[in-house]
Amino acid sequence: MARLITYREAIREAIAEEMSGNDKVIFLGEDIGAYGGAFGVSKGLLERFGAGRVIETPISENSIVGVGVGAAMAGFCPIVEIMFMDFITLAMDQIVNHAAKIHYIYSGQLNVPLTVRVPAGAGKGYGASHSQSLDCWFLNVPGLKVVAPSNPYSAKGLLKSAIKDPNPVIFIENKMLYDFKQEVPEEPYYLEIGKAETLLAGTDVSLISYGRALHLSLAAAKIAKEAGISVELIDLATLKPLDTGTIINSVKKTGKAVIVEEGHKTSGVGAEIAALISEECLEYMNGKVVRVAAEECPIPSAQKLEAAILPSVEKITAAIKKACFSYE
Amino acid sequence: MANNNLDQLINFYKLMLKVRIFEEKIDWLFSRGLLGGTSHMCIGQEAVAAGISANLNLDDYVISSHRGHGHLIAKGGEVRKIFSELMGKVDGYCQGKGGTQHLCAKEIGFYGTNGIVGGGIPVATGIALSIKLRRSRQVAVVFFGDGATNQGTFHESLNMASIWGLPILFVCENNLYGMSAPVSKMTNIKDLARRADAYNIKSHIVDGMDVEAVFARSGEALNYIRDSQKPCFIEAKTYRHCGHSKSDARVYRTKEEEKCWREKDCLDVLKTRLISLGFAAEQMDKIKAETEQEIEAAWKLSEKSEDTPLSLGLKGVYKDG
Ligand SMILES: Cc1ncc(C[n+]2csc(CCOP(=O)(O)OP(=O)(O)O)c2C)c(N)n1
Ligand SMILES: [Mg+2]
Repeated sequence: MARLITYREAIREAIAEEMSGNDKVIFLGEDIGAYGGAFGVSKGLLERFGAGRVIETPISENSIVGVGVGAAMAGFCPIVEIMFMDFITLAMDQIVNHAAKIHYIYSGQLNVPLTVRVPAGAGKGYGASHSQSLDCWFLNVPGLKVVAPSNPYSAKGLLKSAIKDPNPVIFIENKMLYDFKQEVPEEPYYLEIGKAETLLAGTDVSLISYGRALHLSLAAAKIAKEAGISVELIDLATLKPLDTGTIINSVKKTGKAVIVEEGHKTSGVGAEIAALISEECLEYMNGKVVRVAAEECPIPSAQKLEAAILPSVEKITAAIKKACFSYE
Repeated sequence: MANNNLDQLINFYKLMLKVRIFEEKIDWLFSRGLLGGTSHMCIGQEAVAAGISANLNLDDYVISSHRGHGHLIAKGGEVRKIFSELMGKVDGYCQGKGGTQHLCAKEIGFYGTNGIVGGGIPVATGIALSIKLRRSRQVAVVFFGDGATNQGTFHESLNMASIWGLPILFVCENNLYGMSAPVSKMTNIKDLARRADAYNIKSHIVDGMDVEAVFARSGEALNYIRDSQKPCFIEAKTYRHCGHSKSDARVYRTKEEEKCWREKDCLDVLKTRLISLGFAAEQMDKIKAETEQEIEAAWKLSEKSEDTPLSLGLKGVYKDG
């Protein structure tokens, strides 16, 4: 039976189910106890699983992740919540130099089944240090997996898989999606990490996105349809390992691509996908590859400015036209 | 009792000598261009690893720093596998994928040397958390230098170990320098052990040149940790006779200072003690000759073993399953 639940609830359910199913799953983070976490995701988990497994930490991001790495090396499956993705910068050493590398450099003797959950993204007027999408930073680090679900169904199934994964996973939650509701099965399920989903089949242009930007892309696809453009919409869901097959097959068919992300454009997720398309699909192209991303400035606090520098339905619609009509 | 003590001291002598000769061999190989990369030798600091490890069980964890060959050998590591690791051979501890600063020997509880100054401290704290959650009587021991105590991870980890009551021994090997930087210039306190006070962690200061003192003090500290389930801190005052890494002209310190610490060398201190207990000098010479042979034989074996092929070098980025 499915019921309507929010993205927040889906994430909480995934954590609770994995914690009930495996006593090696522990949960660490700042204010995740009675307070319920900065975004209310962990409400009720302390009462349910106790302070031995829902462990409230001091404000020490690098060492919280480090403790997660150590516990993971010694047989546990820690979930670490970093309150805002912006603060993951303080933990880059433990993520990049430790979590990502330990299985390789210690030649498989140890592994790090760690999940780092990070609320990301703008839209709430929180300003430059509480609104970023630093997703692409992690794509350049072999040894990490990066997941960024756009809806409650995928959030739950992918988080459960992330917690079970024997490798470190950066799990990016978009904070504007926490109240987004969707039908989600009551029965436990897992979704495979590394699989994109084709939400709309189309023939004219591949629209590739994920996270909150996926919702804007969906709205833009509907507008494009009215203008007679058939859009194939792909939700990446996992950024690393990227589902290159789905992207390549789609672009070979449509010959055009628009890539939409909430992070900045330079060296972003879109840059990586554009490079992939140019390596694998060039002879099939009959239009452009266009990127839509945040403007090249820190996220301003003023909400009108913030909205203006982020991707929007209008910007995506314009990009679709640019990709399609460039040779007319 | 007296005999046990003598046996223990002889074992210390064998172990410390093995580390010393191994490190000297590494230094020599570098000077001949026979080894690539880098290495941080612990020549002068052998007593710290030896004294502490003698109090550890096989299933206790050791987490080390960039200067970790001695810690690994003291936990029971094989010199051949370290040589091979440094030379990029398939039979190295990590198939040459880790190297000197990323050595690991899980089967003996050695959870890695670490190339990031201060990087191993939170990892060790997490391992200690796992011990607490499993309710076992193991301990985690983490070795780091004076320089590492200026890292945020040091302070963050001591704090967490203290508030959570974790079974971890923090061992600061204060060798007076972090690379070229004197501890007296980078830290405005005399004893780094005082930093543990700030986190309400019990601490000891010990003469790191005296293996008996290290052994006794760390034995006490480890019993305290196992019984009380609280962390403990040891500052071992020590000195590295060699440079920071290979090819270091040591311009940041005086020859007089070096001479002064040479006179307190941990192996010499131990030899004097052994002689005072009636152990024959010829016996010590014999041990030395045997150890030299052992290290030489290990090196020869490593030299002959196979280089790690690229096909293996590309594997293991992710764990399957
Ligand atoms: C984060 C980081 N910063 C700098 C270095 C370069 N480095 C390697 S060892 C070292 C000195 C460390 O001093 P200390 O902690 O006292 O250890 P010792 O070398 O004396 O054993 C430095 C600066 C590093 N490896 N990692
Ligand atoms: Mg030092």
